[in-house]
Amino acid sequence: MQPYLRIDHVDKSFSRGAVTTVVLKDITLTIDKGEFVSIIGHSGCGKTTLLNIVAGLASVSAGCVLLENREVNEPGPDRAVVFQNHSLLPWLTVYDNVRLAVDKVFGGAKSRHERDAWTLHNLDLVQMAHARDKRPGEISGGMKQRVGLARALAMEPKVLLLDEPFGALDALTRAHLQDSVMAIHQKLANTVLMITHDVDEAVLLSDRIVMMTNGPAACIGEVLEVPLARPRKRLELASSATYLKCRQRVLEFLYERHRFVEAA
Amino acid sequence: MNMPLVKTEPMMAAPARPAAMTATVLPLAPPQGPPLAKRMLGWSREIAARLVPPVVVIALALLVWELVCRKAGATLPPPSKVINDTWELITHPFYDRGGLDKGLFWHLSASLQRVAKGYALASIVGVALGTLVGQSTWAMRGLDPIFQVLRTVPPLAWLPLSLAAFRDGEPSAIFVIFITAIWPVIINTAVGIRNIPQDYRNVAAVLRLNHLEFFWKIMVPSAAPYIFTGLRIGIGLSWLAIVAAEMLIGGVGIGFFIWDAWNSSHISEIILALVYVGVIGFVLDRIVAALANIVTRGTAAN
Repeated sequence: MQPYLRIDHVDKSFSRGAVTTVVLKDITLTIDKGEFVSIIGHSGCGKTTLLNIVAGLASVSAGCVLLENREVNEPGPDRAVVFQNHSLLPWLTVYDNVRLAVDKVFGGAKSRHERDAWTLHNLDLVQMAHARDKRPGEISGGMKQRVGLARALAMEPKVLLLDEPFGALDALTRAHLQDSVMAIHQKLANTVLMITHDVDEAVLLSDRIVMMTNGPAACIGEVLEVPLARPRKRLELASSATYLKCRQRVLEFLYERHRFVEAA
Repeated sequence: MNMPLVKTEPMMAAPARPAAMTATVLPLAPPQGPPLAKRMLGWSREIAARLVPPVVVIALALLVWELVCRKAGATLPPPSKVINDTWELITHPFYDRGGLDKGLFWHLSASLQRVAKGYALASIVGVALGTLVGQSTWAMRGLDPIFQVLRTVPPLAWLPLSLAAFRDGEPSAIFVIFITAIWPVIINTAVGIRNIPQDYRNVAAVLRLNHLEFFWKIMVPSAAPYIFTGLRIGIGLSWLAIVAAEMLIGGVGIGFFIWDAWNSSHISEIILALVYVGVIGFVLDRIVAALANIVTRGTAAN
């Protein structure tokens, strides 16, 4: 069977004048439909670059990205991104931010009434319908991230790309949002590729964890299956042996074998 | 988010003991602010606190001016004489005895019309050029040096050239307004466009907004605070330039009125005209600022 999303021998390097920096080296990864995959690694290892390549926001230097056997080389709503810093348009209300995406993606396919209903449905999904008329400046960071998630979900993407979506949030809000993402993934069975630097988050949410080595020329160091049954409950997992073992594996990888070198 | 289930037990138990449910309803007093008289006092205090300082300062300035210019041999008239001399102009702004002998309203309105035309043109062309320079690196590298040199040319230096080109005072004056107001609009628009966060561009890319949608939905709202800063500087400069330009080109207009008053040694009329020019410049600035507030509401807040 052909994989749903295939990242095939991707290299990425940046050139400035005569100096060429290799950021990613020979990244190969396949993701099945409905799978939740996390990419974890120290900051600066090129995780976000990899996500941007899948999103089409950055180009590959070599190799290719295939989604349903079609090459990806420009951004599009079939690979919706939830950005780290929410990236909501501050002059639009919560509703209008999501509606902009809905209008653009379903402008031809759905009637005005259907688009309105679809916008509200997605706001409902992230429990933000109550703030539909607020502007991003008037809601909290966690709420903004929820709206960003609603905007991405509303595009009905083939792959949902999450770029450290909860990195800027406090621990409690982050836990709430992780639960939301799990519930939504359970319900809609989206294919998700998430960038994170939080070990617990990776183990809790993912089916597989892709661990990246430190840059420059970062590559995939190890891929860990997380054989935990879904739905997963945060509290029950805290004492689960499998959970702890997975967590241990990731921690070992990150802090022993590929320790972050500050000077690099 | 998994909302905790609402605990239902107490609700279920309630009908078993209906007697407990008959609680007396205590009438709540409607929320009361301070009484009207007190609020009025508060407001009037607030207003007085804002009005008293400028009134006092203006009164003091007028007093000093009066005392200085009252002495024999003073070259400028004191305020009392200014009002005396110009009383007819103040009370009859709408008279029109044909030719250039018109009330101040007509002079000001002629000047404002010229500013309106030149400024409108400058706004449209300025935003368009600013967008081009902000969006295209090639255009920026090509045009920016020219802009940087041309914007330092004083407005009046353009007047002879435009008179030579248009061979008429009216379009020349409008051109001077245009060329004066356009630089801050171009430069601020370009900065605004260049400062559109990469995040918004990424959002637009993921949504595949086309150029027109990107312009209206991302660029204009995102750059609006910058554009309006440029427009506000522009309106101030236009008003500065029109008075000077009109002194030279003649015809109906507040600039010519001032020059004409000087030629007829009506110093009081000059002073009155300056007051009008100042007040109108202030009002124009406030109008653009208010417009900016309406248009950019929400944009600045993030």
